[in-house]
Amino acid sequence: MATKVLMPQLGESVTEGTISKWLVKVGDTVKKYDSLAEVTTDKVNAEVPSTVSGRVTEIVVPEGETVAIGTLILYIEESGEAGETQAAPAASAAPAAPVAAVAVTQQAAPRLTTAPEGGKQRYSPAVMVLSQEHGIDLSRVVGTGAGGRVTRKDVQAIIDAGGQKPAEVAQEPVVAQTPSTPAPTAAPAAASAPVAHTSAPAEIPVASGDQVIPVSSIRRTIANRMVQSKHEAPHAWTMVEVDVTNLVNFRNQAKGEFTRKEGINLTFLPFFIKAVVEALKEYPMINSTWAGDKIIVKKNINISIAVSTDDALYVPVIKDADQKSILGIAKAVDDLAARTRAGKLTMDDMTGGTFTVNNTGSFGSIQSQPIINSPQAAILSVESIVKRPVVINDMIAIRSMVNLCMSLDHRVLDGLICGRFLQSVKQKLESIGPDTKLY
Amino acid sequence: MAVISFIDAITMAMREEMRRDPNVFVLGEDVGVRGGVFRATVGLIEEFGEERVIDTPLAESAIVGVGIGAAAYGMRPIAEIQFADFIMPAVNQIVSEAAKMRYRSNNDWNCPITIRAPFGGGVHGALYHSQSVEAMFTNIPGLKVVAPSTPYDAKGLLKAAIRDEDPVLFFEHKRCYRLIKGEVPDHDYVLPIGKADVKREGSDITVISYGLALHFCLQAAEKLAQEGISAHVLDLRTLYPLDKEAIAEAASKTGKVLIVHEDNKEGGVGGEVAAIIAEQCLFDLDAPIKRLCGPDVPAMPYSPPMEKFFMLNPDKVLEAMRELANY
Repeated sequence: MATKVLMPQLGESVTEGTISKWLVKVGDTVKKYDSLAEVTTDKVNAEVPSTVSGRVTEIVVPEGETVAIGTLILYIEESGEAGETQAAPAASAAPAAPVAAVAVTQQAAPRLTTAPEGGKQRYSPAVMVLSQEHGIDLSRVVGTGAGGRVTRKDVQAIIDAGGQKPAEVAQEPVVAQTPSTPAPTAAPAAASAPVAHTSAPAEIPVASGDQVIPVSSIRRTIANRMVQSKHEAPHAWTMVEVDVTNLVNFRNQAKGEFTRKEGINLTFLPFFIKAVVEALKEYPMINSTWAGDKIIVKKNINISIAVSTDDALYVPVIKDADQKSILGIAKAVDDLAARTRAGKLTMDDMTGGTFTVNNTGSFGSIQSQPIINSPQAAILSVESIVKRPVVINDMIAIRSMVNLCMSLDHRVLDGLICGRFLQSVKQKLESIGPDTKLY
Repeated sequence: MAVISFIDAITMAMREEMRRDPNVFVLGEDVGVRGGVFRATVGLIEEFGEERVIDTPLAESAIVGVGIGAAAYGMRPIAEIQFADFIMPAVNQIVSEAAKMRYRSNNDWNCPITIRAPFGGGVHGALYHSQSVEAMFTNIPGLKVVAPSTPYDAKGLLKAAIRDEDPVLFFEHKRCYRLIKGEVPDHDYVLPIGKADVKREGSDITVISYGLALHFCLQAAEKLAQEGISAHVLDLRTLYPLDKEAIAEAASKTGKVLIVHEDNKEGGVGGEVAAIIAEQCLFDLDAPIKRLCGPDVPAMPYSPPMEKFFMLNPDKVLEAMRELANY
């Protein structure tokens, strides 16, 4: 009996994964713990290890398909077994074929043949692009082209008709279509209605010369998270300005020696995180989560930090940030940023955050309205430090000023407590000076 | 607007330009007293005299060479090659001198010569009077190659060629001369060189062609419309440089492209058109890019059945178009 390999649980809140790439093919011999496939989840890319040693007999889930945790993804015949196990799995893997096979038998051999050997359907680039953009399941489309080929017009007609209808509805016309051979040019509009699930939004026209970028898995995740947060959490926003002249002076004086001793640069971010963490301890409500009928105040203070790559945004977590010195935080930031850019974050790096600090100042912003990193209750962005004239004791002075912007989930938090929290952060930052301990 | 033949549009364009600009003159074999073997220059010598309508010796290298010299001197010669087949002795003048003069002189000199040449078969002309030679000249930067298919385009493009500051090779399909008629305004107009033209709008297949074959495509498209197949027909009009934008747009419109020309298939203009589409339109393509062209044999046969075999016709085009539509 072949061993079933299931989609593994790749993280506590992960419910499904996408097989982004198979690393083995049918017939390959694998050892236990060898990587079988690359899997993309909401949170990370991971590899699925083999649970046994043996030979791959069947791949059940094709590349690009998203399946729930625990779904059967492939069969491995364990070493020493005989090859008597094919029948059952083969039957279960068949669903994609019938429509295509039926369509192929319809027409006499065309001269410009698409060569559909063994019922295998081939799709033109135009058909592939259109079906992907509009979420059309090609296996359910009846082609009107030579040999039952699905043509661009077939797909376009479905899109024009408002997308695919549910699978159940589709079955009947598919069957009805099969016996006769339609005149080659007559059918397109009529034959192209049957189709599967719809996920296409109102069609946005693409003009000639426009670039169409398929949505990557990570981009989709970001989009879903942002919509979810904005949709569920009523965002309120507030901002304070902080005089960080002393911090700037202190950091400038300390950074040379720090870099020499520690091998990493001393940036401003660890100071801000440290101040936030200390203030969170004073106002634990900020470090909480809305849970429908209750509010959960988190004991651990785990700070998510936003790290951008060229095409995506990640929020790895500094665990137990309240137990770290400024040096400890600096090292954690440096490590997480480096591993993010190298694509080497683990699931553990990505989970458990309780509050997010976003360093928007790093790209020159002086004010921003961050979206809360759900299910956290608040997010704080640190803007650019800029020199500005300010009034001190009725005199004008040039000071290094920074804006701290905070978005809060108004279900959990109110303006008063956030105001107090921000005042606390401000007070801590403004009192940084020569006595501040880095270690 | 009068309906006139293709060749009358050519004559009209030359006459108007010669009236407009005293620097324009015609030279070639039998272009004067005889009025050209196809009668393209008929009446010109009477109107403009033998100093502006010059009968030359049978020496194409001299016809073009003299023209290049005159052009460099500020004249605007229209050199007629009696049949495109005879252009070979002038190739060195065209390719190495006319096309490169501006580049070689660092923009000090230019060469506003127009070289007219009747090309193509279907007139029982056999080997020396039927060739399509355009592909030889369509990778020569510095040279423009124009091949109109309608009287309207012929007049507007020939006037543009005469006024162009650089050499233009102007191919006229000789079968079009008296076969193709169309409305041509008797007033002055020019059409842009380097721009293709949609001759018929359609949504099922895109057909790209030029010259006589373009008319076969239009006739076939008309018949196919009765079968419910809608063909989009693009006339290249200029073969070098190609109108890449129009080609990509036409190809993307239907995703199924047939390129039709009378010239031999391998190494023909159609290969370049296909390459442009392959480079720019992969994700709009719904079928392999197809070509219907003359066979790769050395010359047009004299035997009528064999000439028929070589030449395209509306039926051959229709079959290729239908096959692509059904793909």
